[in-house]
Amino acid sequence: MIGTALDLVVVALLVAAALAAVGARGLFAGVVFFVGYGVFVAIAWLRLDAIDVALAEAAIGAGLTGVLLLGAVGHLTRAGAGAPPRRPAIPLALACAGISVMLGWAVLSLPDAPGLQAPVAAALPGSGSTNPVTSVLLNFRAFDTLLESIVLLAVLVGVWALAPDAAWGGRPGLVQRVRPDGVLAGFGRLLPPLGLLVGVYLVWAGTKQPGGAFQGGTVLAAVWLLASMAGVARAPRVTSLILRAALVAGPVLFLAVGMAGALGGSFLGLRPDWAAALVLTIEVGLTLSIASALALLVLGPPERPA
Amino acid sequence: MIPSATLFGLAGAALVGIGLYGFLAHAHLLRRLLSFNVLGSGVFLMFGAAAWRSPWIGADAVPHALIITGIVVKLAGSALAIALLVQLARATRRAALPEDEGRPP
Repeated sequence: MIGTALDLVVVALLVAAALAAVGARGLFAGVVFFVGYGVFVAIAWLRLDAIDVALAEAAIGAGLTGVLLLGAVGHLTRAGAGAPPRRPAIPLALACAGISVMLGWAVLSLPDAPGLQAPVAAALPGSGSTNPVTSVLLNFRAFDTLLESIVLLAVLVGVWALAPDAAWGGRPGLVQRVRPDGVLAGFGRLLPPLGLLVGVYLVWAGTKQPGGAFQGGTVLAAVWLLASMAGVARAPRVTSLILRAALVAGPVLFLAVGMAGALGGSFLGLRPDWAAALVLTIEVGLTLSIASALALLVLGPPERPA
Repeated sequence: MIPSATLFGLAGAALVGIGLYGFLAHAHLLRRLLSFNVLGSGVFLMFGAAAWRSPWIGADAVPHALIITGIVVKLAGSALAIALLVQLARATRRAALPEDEGRPP
């Protein structure tokens, strides 16, 4: 009973925050509501017993997406770019409500059926991880994860392709002016060591408990962004070889392990006796690549002349 | 006692409608992108509810893994959209598409 009451409160907050984010009068207010909305989504995942997803949603959905949107608001304001106001459209609202009702009916009429819990549980012992989500990501459905890590690279190439010619070879993001005794500079010195600890722990814990390369990598990306926003660390040049090596380390390691598996019979197949070491190796490589790719995606293309 | 999965599945359905409305009603491209993110997390929540179709066994890990992949790809897509939008805003001083403002494209 208490559980249902808590669920209802979370659902109410979720829907209210979504309405506020979409319908807020100002752009900035909408973005702030969206960050709050991301936190409520993460709590919803906790209630659904999906702790891995909750960690990813809190770090990416609320955290990095929020930074990205706030940065965009700043860019648009500086460019003086406006847009016509929202169209007041009651038929449109009714149509969307109708779609929600139909989807809700579909949720209610889902038949009870066993999912893939039994096959996953049966294959878990030789998969290299005792966290089923990590096993699915890096072993059973490794192809998805490999392609995802390559998608991140492709998107980064797309973002960098928007850099002006004169800025190519420069450092991504804008110059930050920070008051040395201000709150941001204080946080910039205080939080990174703590964040590093949490990020590395999440990666290490991912093979046994909720966590993993995505959650840990996102926390590390946030540490880097915070340090760079607080003026403690400078982003490397986009032509830096070390940076590029970090970006491709994960996919390259993943592909190498996949090819080794192909020689042993199946592409991306992990030998059960080596699986634990291979999963951890892929996790470390992926963490490096995911952390640098996500941070660079949020920083945007280089804009200052090199 | 209503199962959590049912409640959050229904919430996901509502979020899809809210996000879709924002996406169609706003002309401002950043607000459209924000609405699209709301729509996306609604879809993820409905998928997460489907991971509980056999409550007597527990949650299914496969949808959870796919959702984590989806969340990362959603951020990557948003980053590319914002980079394009910032370029559009600098070039035209507008944050909306010409056809939404009644201008010739």
